[in-house]
Amino acid sequence: MADPIRWARYRWQRLISSEGREGSSSSNSSNKCYQSSKTIGKHRIVIPCLGHFKEEYEKVSKLYMNNKIRTTKYTLLNFLPRNLFEQFHRVANLYFLFLVVLNWVPLVEAFQKEITMLPLVVVLTIIAVKDGLEDYSKYKMDKQINNLLTKVYSRKEKKYIDECWKNVNVGDFIRLSRNEIIPADMVLLYSSDLDGICYIETASLDGETNLKQRQVVRGYSEQVSEIDPEKFSSRIECESPNNDLSCFRGFVEHSNKDRVGLSKENLLLRGCTVRNTEAVVGIVVYAGHETKAMLNNSGPHYKRSKLERKVNTDILWCVLLLILMCLTGAIGHGIWLSRYSEIPFFNIPEPDGKLIPPILAGFNMFWTMIILLQNDIDFYHEKTDSTIQCRALNIAEDLGQIQYIFSDKTGTLTENKMVFRRCSIAGQEYCHEENAKRLESYQEMDSEDEDSADHQCGSSTHMSKWRGHNCRAVNEPLNRKSLNQLSGSYPALGREDGAGDGPHSGHVAFSSPIETDVVPDAQLLEKFSQISSHSYQQSEEASSRLSLEAMYITDFFLALSICNTVVVSVPNQPRHKMRHSSLGRMPIKSLEEIRQMFQRLSVRRLSSSPLPSVKESSSESPNSFVSKLSIFRMKLASPALDGAAQRAAEPHDTDSPENSQVPQELGTVNVAASCEHNDAASSIEVSALPKLCYEAESPDEAALVHAARAYKCILQSRTPDQVTVDFAGLGSLTFQLLHILPFDSVRKRMSVVVRHPVSNKVVVYTKGADSVMMDLLRTASQVGTNNSEMEQKKIKKRTQKHLDDYARRGLRTLCIAKKVMSDAEYAEWLNHHFLAETSIDNREELLLESAIRLETELTLLGATGIEDRLQEGVPDTIQALRKAGIKIWMLTGDKRETAVNIAYACKLLEPDDRIFTLKSQSRDACALVMSKILEGIQNTSAKKKPSQKLGNVSASVSTQAPGFSAGLVIDGRTLEHVLHDSLQNIFLELTEKCRAVVCCRATPLQKSVLVRLVRNKLKAMTLAVGDGANDVSMIQVADTGVGILGQEGMQAVMASDFAVSQFRHLRKLLLVHGHWCYTRLTNMVLYFFYKNVAYVNLLFWYQFFCGFSGTSMTDYWILILFNLLFTSVPPIIYGVLDKDVSAEILMQLPQLYMMSQKSVAYLPSTFWITLLDAFYQSLVCFFVPYFTYYGSDIDIFSFGNPINTAALFIILFHLLIECKSVTWIHTVVTVGSILFYFVFALAFGATCKSHNPPSNPYWIMEKHMTDPVFYLVCLLTTCVALLPRYLLRVLQGTLFPSPVLRAKHLDRLTPEEQREAIKRWKDDCIVNCRVDFQATSGSSNSATGAVPEEESIASVLPTSETPFQACSRDGLVEDTSFLPDIQDESGHTNGLDSEKTVFLNSSNETNSDTFGSNNSYAKVSVCASEEDSSAVSLAHKAGLNSVLCEENALMYFTKLEC
Amino acid sequence: MKNKTSSPPREGEARPSRCPDNSAFKQQKLPAWKPQLTIATVLSSFFLTGAFCLSVGVCLILSTNSVREIQIDYSDKCSDCSKLRENSSNWNKECHCSVNFMLKEDILGDVFMYYGLQNFYQNHRRYVISRSDAQLLGRNVNIQKSYCAPFTTYRNGTPMAPCGAIANSMFNDTIDLFYNLKSSVIQVPLLKTGNSWWTDKNVKFRNPKSYNLSSAFAGTARPPYWQKPVYLLDEEDERNNGYINDDFIIWMRVSAFATFRNLYRRVSRIRQFADGLPAGNYTFRISYNFPVTKFKGRKYVILSTVVWSGGSNPFLGIAYVVSGTAATLTGFVITAIHLKLRKKKAYFQK
Repeated sequence: MADPIRWARYRWQRLISSEGREGSSSSNSSNKCYQSSKTIGKHRIVIPCLGHFKEEYEKVSKLYMNNKIRTTKYTLLNFLPRNLFEQFHRVANLYFLFLVVLNWVPLVEAFQKEITMLPLVVVLTIIAVKDGLEDYSKYKMDKQINNLLTKVYSRKEKKYIDECWKNVNVGDFIRLSRNEIIPADMVLLYSSDLDGICYIETASLDGETNLKQRQVVRGYSEQVSEIDPEKFSSRIECESPNNDLSCFRGFVEHSNKDRVGLSKENLLLRGCTVRNTEAVVGIVVYAGHETKAMLNNSGPHYKRSKLERKVNTDILWCVLLLILMCLTGAIGHGIWLSRYSEIPFFNIPEPDGKLIPPILAGFNMFWTMIILLQNDIDFYHEKTDSTIQCRALNIAEDLGQIQYIFSDKTGTLTENKMVFRRCSIAGQEYCHEENAKRLESYQEMDSEDEDSADHQCGSSTHMSKWRGHNCRAVNEPLNRKSLNQLSGSYPALGREDGAGDGPHSGHVAFSSPIETDVVPDAQLLEKFSQISSHSYQQSEEASSRLSLEAMYITDFFLALSICNTVVVSVPNQPRHKMRHSSLGRMPIKSLEEIRQMFQRLSVRRLSSSPLPSVKESSSESPNSFVSKLSIFRMKLASPALDGAAQRAAEPHDTDSPENSQVPQELGTVNVAASCEHNDAASSIEVSALPKLCYEAESPDEAALVHAARAYKCILQSRTPDQVTVDFAGLGSLTFQLLHILPFDSVRKRMSVVVRHPVSNKVVVYTKGADSVMMDLLRTASQVGTNNSEMEQKKIKKRTQKHLDDYARRGLRTLCIAKKVMSDAEYAEWLNHHFLAETSIDNREELLLESAIRLETELTLLGATGIEDRLQEGVPDTIQALRKAGIKIWMLTGDKRETAVNIAYACKLLEPDDRIFTLKSQSRDACALVMSKILEGIQNTSAKKKPSQKLGNVSASVSTQAPGFSAGLVIDGRTLEHVLHDSLQNIFLELTEKCRAVVCCRATPLQKSVLVRLVRNKLKAMTLAVGDGANDVSMIQVADTGVGILGQEGMQAVMASDFAVSQFRHLRKLLLVHGHWCYTRLTNMVLYFFYKNVAYVNLLFWYQFFCGFSGTSMTDYWILILFNLLFTSVPPIIYGVLDKDVSAEILMQLPQLYMMSQKSVAYLPSTFWITLLDAFYQSLVCFFVPYFTYYGSDIDIFSFGNPINTAALFIILFHLLIECKSVTWIHTVVTVGSILFYFVFALAFGATCKSHNPPSNPYWIMEKHMTDPVFYLVCLLTTCVALLPRYLLRVLQGTLFPSPVLRAKHLDRLTPEEQREAIKRWKDDCIVNCRVDFQATSGSSNSATGAVPEEESIASVLPTSETPFQACSRDGLVEDTSFLPDIQDESGHTNGLDSEKTVFLNSSNETNSDTFGSNNSYAKVSVCASEEDSSAVSLAHKAGLNSVLCEENALMYFTKLEC
Repeated sequence: MKNKTSSPPREGEARPSRCPDNSAFKQQKLPAWKPQLTIATVLSSFFLTGAFCLSVGVCLILSTNSVREIQIDYSDKCSDCSKLRENSSNWNKECHCSVNFMLKEDILGDVFMYYGLQNFYQNHRRYVISRSDAQLLGRNVNIQKSYCAPFTTYRNGTPMAPCGAIANSMFNDTIDLFYNLKSSVIQVPLLKTGNSWWTDKNVKFRNPKSYNLSSAFAGTARPPYWQKPVYLLDEEDERNNGYINDDFIIWMRVSAFATFRNLYRRVSRIRQFADGLPAGNYTFRISYNFPVTKFKGRKYVILSTVVWSGGSNPFLGIAYVVSGTAATLTGFVITAIHLKLRKKKAYFQK
């Protein structure tokens, strides 16, 4: 069986390779043979269901799914069995089923059979109904989606007709218009776009709102008219359905056996939306459940909270206790029976008259007891079972116990707003001082901006308000800020239809002004303008005559604007890309289009000589632009221009690039209007201003393009074939775009291959991480040592220095390089590349190889430094969290200098900290170094001990060795050594001693491995927070994953358990909600244990007085309903609403968090004390009535009644004692429960003459209600039972108040007193700290003594291995020893340390499991399940959401709720 | 509680902002009473509880002390009888037995006569359920389905009326009380009815409907341990016969403990017994039918008065006094602690 397949694969590979090399020459027969054997195998063949293909189509396609989807779990028929089957997967349910079955055995039947089933049936029904409703909503959603209409080509009618989605089949032709949703995965065959491009928005897949380009299959894009499905005679072969969104492989085989490769660029994915493209036609290749989106739609992942795990072990204890009790009962019964030599009256013989021997009777009794005493835990399980259903909220209480936070840097600690700060060109640095000043002023504006956003939360109409603004925007003069807001609202405008529920409407695609406006450096600008003016004269001559520096500068900016994948669009029509359109295709043209068209023509005609007028105008002073503009405005009175002029007239904007274009436009428009179109004037009104919007895949790219724009090197448009750049000195240059080698994390660079319009040479522009780029540069040794080589070497050296400097300042660095290729070289490379592109099987590797082959021998142009600003409130948050005893690690892909500086900036590292840098080439060296550091730390802390004793002995605020603070910096490669099994322990020991750990150059995998290591080895609660795709694995591994709604899409949020919008919200999430959730849940869990043990023990005590026969003195109904009805609501209220300390105080005193971190509320001792108390209370509750009624004529149920009533009071009042805050809800619920109990008992007592054989509490409650003794018994029992706990709480509150209690006390003070008290408290802490500090300073001699010691260690080691520096104090101090290290490192770079996705093109490893819910309906279903889940978690959720939202944290889940 | 889950706004309406409404409930800012359990705040509660318990306890003890009770164990008083009953084949042989006792002082008020059993586990699980309430309601039911087994039918299929182990083992001694006044023996008048709960007698137990009792119970047979059928339990009083016989009803109310007493008769307060039982010599004449040696039990006859707080059991009063004292003492102790702490001003100053 396996052989034919292997053979087929072999044939296939041969086929592919031969196909690549010599076209299609393989024999027809083998081809056929292969196909028939393979249709169900690895590849799929798609044939249109038309004409001559009909028969083959049926043969091939019958196995393919159609587009109907069914996401429901059950059908009407299999609902009951399947649901029951699923429910009995839970051990608890199975256990109870076992008990019910046991009760059907006559020998051990403790209760009436039917009654025992009640709790189980109730629980099963509730869950079944919940599942059913959930499933039904899914079903409705499916139905709705299946019945969506789309245009499918019908063979009968020879045109596209409306069809439901569910009727779409593989091989159908589908025609989609703009803004339609793609119904199935299809290969793009036609796009109305002339360049064969289709734009899609994948927001519903990955949350990224920027547009993605998809390309018509090569060979089809040249067609002018729409593709005719009748004439389509090719077949498509592609891989079998898989869930890899970022990969699609296949080829189209034309009827003449020509093959064209297919890639993911040709595939339109189901669920995406077509944008900016009038019409597209595609052929369906995967449909329904075989689409990539559906295959990615895996269910939510479950995490179990620490508390839950702990509770489970305690449940085991309880079960053990239960078994013990049952054993006691069984043995007791056996002994009791054996006392009688004869048959007593009351021991009923078997129907056949025989008596059971005592041992056997005892054995039977064991099971009876189990049934009798089983009804504890029951309710509890019901609760936990349902809470497990929801995705994240079952671990809400974990938020209260976090010990380690693993944080991503970019986008998490920082804003991920990339701001161009510095650049270095040709070894000359331009530091952009003014730009820095501008940024300073933006700091304030930006925060204002956020404030205003805060205010808008809550007003449901703000969106429409914005829209209103938007409409009027062209007419009204608007200030800068509102324009900014406008740009934020554009995407929402563009997505009014359906897809408008994107998670974050603004700032993704359109950058804020802080990013877009770059003030050029004066020096550079001057040089630049010189070039511009010279270039005109010299451009016609050889470009080599330009000064080398000028050439570098020109190339540098060209590279900045070209070497990217930015999509250019115009803000007024946000998703309408700028395009060159041929004349006459559309009746009305926009101004922009006419202009561009004209330019294109002119550029083509004049090739290398730009329009002189352009040059002139660009060299004019800005004022003249304005004057010209105003004239123009008067002439045309265009409202659109009016707004622009207003904007342009603003003084600080005068040099903004738009203005330089306006005159140009003037000219072209005039020309166009006069010679081509009479209606040009009217078209102007419709037209957009040339305020271009750049939609980049990563903020870095955008920042670079904007920076280039500031120097009037403006990216005008981008199509797959060409890039137009408006270069100030040269006019519009249109580069023929030959190739884009996209960014990937292995290469850490991207390249574009263009044909330079001036020199007409093939030029490769590359930008990438300096670590890789520096190795790819042309080396001097190769061609000899001519002048330029020397120059290049010098540049390289200086640039490297600049780069190090940038990194030290916390900037993100990129290197820009270029390479000029001869046509022959290019042709050779192209050949190889083409081979790689068309191969199916290992295309990735081949493409990578091909890219590496291209990116060599580069000439370094310069480097850029981009600032990534810290998010608001990050240092405060980090300090607060640290005060709360949480250790924070920063894991980032950035380089070490950047990481360390950000760490300093956000107070993760303090200037006083001693920083240990781990940097080793080999594992052994690493181990040695770590042990040395450890030794050093231990020495210092040992020396400190005596002085520590002098200080305050009371609980220290910090968890690490007091007074000693060390930071550890480790990089990716060393991390790999460290994570090796043998070094893990020492590494962890070391990290425990350090207050902060910074891991730089860590790959996503390393991040998750680190988290797992800490989680498993240290048994610590971990929280991972991140915003990007590279954090997904870490988020999933951590106990709690927090996603930040950042700029990098929704992947992290989808994988996370909680989502916040800013890092600073972590503070409230953990300190307040974590604390609350944890205390509430622990108290509630303890309470449930207490309640069940106390209640069950009542029955147990009675066994001693009824011959261990398993009699219950309470009526079965009351017994079962007691847990289910009478005492269930108050604990839930308690678990939802209890608030020990107010949020304000929790925020102010992070120290309180340490209580829950150490799980003070749920120590094993607490558990056992609770159980002991339960025992005591049940003893009291049983024996007070027992002795009262002893020897009287009381009957069994009359005896049980006061016990049960007293138990109710005890259990409810116990709760009140434990309650930290009592609201009217508590009162209502408690009183309600008591009333309900009495009403029920009275009603039951009045009606059940014979309904309930054999237990018969007829009229007992009524009788008791008139008996004073009943009341007296209940009262005494309640008082005596609760006295110890009451006393304990009182004494605890007075004598040994826990910090939480003390904090609670603060709540009761007046605001002034409170402020005073908090200050005092903090002072206390400061005193503590100071004592620690003194200890430190006292021992500072030893600390400083340690440094030389370590240095001596370093010097002992061979210098090549100098593995760490005790880099004390200041990270900014230049340490030259970094340099060789960096270069060493870059020498061995391979895929290990993937840099933080600078270009964010693809990160395969994360894609597959993060597109959890592909469409909005999937989200809704998650939401539904949560809504139906237990009240407790819901309330927690509501609480979390609302309170966080209060401070503008738009929780992800709130969105789901809406 | 249930409607508090934030109602998700429907899709289609003007999309509200994602900010949940700012109600006190959802923001968890309900006005709350935050009890702070410290000595200062709860001091009064201890003293109040103590005072209350002490006073109630004293009242209870006083009232319990007024109860007069006399209890006589007669299980071995007539040894021959007990021997006779050990063999169940002698079930229809009568055995009488007299027990003399002396009242040293008058028992004033309502005097209740109980029979007491020791070590009789009426509360055994399978014993407790062995009855058919439906049958006792006079309904014609198939007792095979009830829990009466094995006391449902005889081998020949005749159903037992009443069925079940409880009914079968009914206490069947008859006890009469005689007052020996100066060599003349006066039978103390005892009330047979009105001893059971009114609801039991009138609602829970009903005879089958027929023109007379014997026909109503036609086709049924007495339980195996019984000497006479159910419709002959009280031949004198039609309204105390069959299932609504007071002795039967009281027996059917299963006792909570293995040692218990059941109300048997009340002294009718007429003639010289109008104030209760006067002091003097009395004799119990007992027809000894109920065997107790089989389960190693004892049986008693008890004469007792009753007060509002029940019988002679002083436990409740003592318990109240003890806990009242404990609460007061605790109150004093914590007052001392409180005073000491206040002197040191140690409250929340750590």
